[in-house]
Amino acid sequence: MRQFIQGIAENNHYQATRLLQMLRQIQSRYHYIPEAAIEQLAGLLNIPRTQIISVVEFYSFFHLSPRGQYELLISDSITDHMLGKKNLLGYLADKLAVAVGQVREDGVVSLDNTSCTGMCDQGPAGLVNGYALTRLDRSKIDKIAELINQQKPLEEWPSELFQVDDNILKSGLLLDQQFEQGAALKSALKRGVKETLAEIDKSGLRGRGGAGFKTAMKWQFCSEEQQTERYVVCNADEGEPGTFKDRVLLNSYADQVFEGMTVCAAIIGAKQGFLYLRGEYLHLYDKLQDILEQRRRNGVLGNNIQDAGVDFDIEICLGAGAYICGEESALIESLEGKAGIPRNRPPYPVTQGYLGKPTVVNNVETFLAAAGIAVNGGDWFANIGTEKSKGTKILSISGDCTRPGIYEYPFGVTVQTILNDCGADDVLGVQIGGPSGTFISNQEFDRKLAFEDLATGGSFIIFNASRNILDMVHNFTHFFAHESCGFCTPCRVGTSLLQKQVDKIVEGHGSAGDVVALEELCQLVKNYSHCGLGQTAANPILTTLQRYPDLYQSRLKEISYEPGFDLDGALETARRMANRDDAGAHLAQTQMESEHE
Amino acid sequence: MSKTITIDGKTIPFEEGQTIMDAAMAAGVYIPHLCHQPEFTPHGSCKLCTVKVNGRNCSACTYPAMEGQDVLNETEELIDDRKKITQMLFVEGNHFCPSCEKTGNCQLQAVAYHLNMLDNHFPLFYPDREVDASHAEVMIDHNRCIFCTLCVRASQQKDSKDVFAISGRGIHKHLIVNAESGLLKDTDIDATDQAAHICPTGAILIKRTGYQVPIGERIYDHKQIDQVSLSTEHPKHGE
Amino acid sequence: MANKIRVATTSLAGCFGCHMSFLDIDERMLQLAEVVEFDRSPITDIEHCTNCDIGLIEGGVCNSENVHVLREFRNNCKILVAVGACAINGGLPAMRNHIPLEECLNEAYLDGIGVENPKIPSDIELPLLLNQVHPIHEIVKIDYYLPGCPPSADVFWKFLTDLIEGREPSLPYELVHYD
Repeated sequence: MRQFIQGIAENNHYQATRLLQMLRQIQSRYHYIPEAAIEQLAGLLNIPRTQIISVVEFYSFFHLSPRGQYELLISDSITDHMLGKKNLLGYLADKLAVAVGQVREDGVVSLDNTSCTGMCDQGPAGLVNGYALTRLDRSKIDKIAELINQQKPLEEWPSELFQVDDNILKSGLLLDQQFEQGAALKSALKRGVKETLAEIDKSGLRGRGGAGFKTAMKWQFCSEEQQTERYVVCNADEGEPGTFKDRVLLNSYADQVFEGMTVCAAIIGAKQGFLYLRGEYLHLYDKLQDILEQRRRNGVLGNNIQDAGVDFDIEICLGAGAYICGEESALIESLEGKAGIPRNRPPYPVTQGYLGKPTVVNNVETFLAAAGIAVNGGDWFANIGTEKSKGTKILSISGDCTRPGIYEYPFGVTVQTILNDCGADDVLGVQIGGPSGTFISNQEFDRKLAFEDLATGGSFIIFNASRNILDMVHNFTHFFAHESCGFCTPCRVGTSLLQKQVDKIVEGHGSAGDVVALEELCQLVKNYSHCGLGQTAANPILTTLQRYPDLYQSRLKEISYEPGFDLDGALETARRMANRDDAGAHLAQTQMESEHE
Repeated sequence: MSKTITIDGKTIPFEEGQTIMDAAMAAGVYIPHLCHQPEFTPHGSCKLCTVKVNGRNCSACTYPAMEGQDVLNETEELIDDRKKITQMLFVEGNHFCPSCEKTGNCQLQAVAYHLNMLDNHFPLFYPDREVDASHAEVMIDHNRCIFCTLCVRASQQKDSKDVFAISGRGIHKHLIVNAESGLLKDTDIDATDQAAHICPTGAILIKRTGYQVPIGERIYDHKQIDQVSLSTEHPKHGE
Repeated sequence: MANKIRVATTSLAGCFGCHMSFLDIDERMLQLAEVVEFDRSPITDIEHCTNCDIGLIEGGVCNSENVHVLREFRNNCKILVAVGACAINGGLPAMRNHIPLEECLNEAYLDGIGVENPKIPSDIELPLLLNQVHPIHEIVKIDYYLPGCPPSADVFWKFLTDLIEGREPSLPYELVHYD
């Protein structure tokens, strides 16, 4: 092991900023991060061991205790549940004789849940040793169990298990482009970088992650900083449950995305860029490296790009299972080899980002659009969309529809139009923008996707009338509690309290005051949390509570108060140990019940 | 001294580079806080110092003072919500004041007193946490840690060591120490280090000193934390 | 007598320290007796409370009997008050909460040092222990909280006189203590 760790450190030039990448290799080799590896690495990188431990314990894909040689993770997105995930997981656990959350005794396999893996259009999905598994069903699970029990190396597994489809079902301005490598750079350099920035400004392009900050303004702020070093970062930590368009863009449009980053670098004067790729998209890694290599060979990446004196290169950094890293300052922390904890702002990344230097962080789709605008000019983009939302939006559509996949629409499209196109009937409502977004009911399908109305990063999950909204709320609320970084009190404690309170109501222990208490807690978490995660963690509850108050009320008992835990269950140990089962050895859950006894 | 902000209508001068907390404390205005100490880099995590700046919630300890800001501090809403945030800190740990030797000198308790917190409001978590009494002179009771990182910062910034760090994610956050064994005795901490004394709660204690001052005669038994904070953290405003 | 305010008190998983502190109001007890009548309480020996105005509960909930008593109080008291640290957050008894009950019982009755005739008590007269000790607000609705271990006599006095004289009870800074 010493030699292996030494080699990793050497290959990463003993840079602590590369800690995540090193830990990924160690986890992949040993299926955990051994204590000895931490000690050795701390010495080699000259950082305290605590820094390494805190990174290991922050990211879901790193472990201090051994996982199986086959680390199986099953996606816990609501869309996976809608496709029968729960039954499949039980079946898988039986087949492999391993409990969920456990490692099998022989150490061969471990099984657990994981947050949405971005395969909502082809779920139920999972990961084996980081590689995506799609369209899981019983026959595939039989196959997987067999392969694992035979201890077949992953390379020998049939490729159909790992098949990931693009599912582009409606293309528009961006997805229809015939792109020629280098074209955007050529146009930008020919036009002049200032002039190209002006075109991007004219295009009205706003950040595609959902927040919608004007891209040209961000680039301009960054370029105006009195610093010599600057960075371009592409945020491909597509973690919002129900979103998978960046997966498709990086699979089939990566060249344009990289070119968009390079145009940005030319404009702001950056020499180094990063693609922060979520760990769940490991299957794209080699392909993306090949494209970068090809771009270097073709003179559109590296030194003296297109002989215009522009030097810029891109490095791909993989995440390790932390939704919070989609927040730009958390992403930068992660790039620096640390736990993904959002920074205090100001200063913003455009003034102090990666290593304290001015940094542009944009979404994959934003760079794709920027490349298109560099080629075609601002009007090409601005002529489409609405007044405040120019251009098109690429949507990830999943849930109850016959044709889930990728759809590109001009901004301003109505929800109803989308539902018609993707084959959704008997719709109860749509979750727009993922759990952090808004749930809209079937009374609101004339609403428009646009920053003016429903802003979205592209997640569009459809629920038909057979679905229970509270199941969705339950799933989303647990998701946020799991993903809270824990930095600030309102989110760290609040998301766990929300989880408890939602569980109480969903499990039928709620009483008269519990919905009011829930709403009050929601406001507290929303108003006082440090970053977007906490500020939106209560959205699934708030947006459904507003639309379906009766749904919540109907779960409450007609009494003023009830414990949030199972009272009689809390006597079980004592009953068993005292060997009693008389009436006095039991408790009714509520006073009303006890009166009726 | 030409630049000013207002806090609850009162005009407060500030200098470029000061946070709202700096300006407020310098002017004798107390804003509740637990993770902040003026001598360390602000952290902004406890959120008790949340104030409304031009209508928007901001952490006073990290947010820069800027000309003309209209800051609200002591509104009923903020006080009530700060109380709830304090209650969150109480329920996530195991804070049994009667059995804690820090009682009366504890800032978490003092803030709670100041906010007239009489109950826990939320269900208690009763987490399973350890006590590390391995060191001869200093001990850690993880039950009482509120993740303010003051010990982490003090160790780095004052003691030039790296004894403490916060590890884990979300509600599973926990304090770790820099030793292969994971025990405090194997770190290079000294009882004279600032990091051993900075803890606002009873999570890091110096052994055998806890009851030198009897309960009832301790810092917050008679003085509110606003007075104490203003006089110790900004001595020129002492009584 | 008819117009006297009826007060009931009890100690659940507590040490009666709060009751002792209550008695520390000393001669003010006479003043109190003029307007207050005690129903179920350790100081009256009345076994069940009926139709009370104020119920003072000391201690948390550690077993099934505590649950029944607490419910009786909630059913029969207009105002229910959590008195002291244990009622409010479980207090010292709740420090067993991170030890599995099975371990506690084994240690106490089966394999602890000095245990004779090891046997888990199973008499049906005995209340069964809950897995964890709970503050009383997790079982029934609570109207007021008096922190302290114990709350001082002045806390009881201030609270009761506020209520009796029709004021919204409040505790000034000097009276708020958790120790």
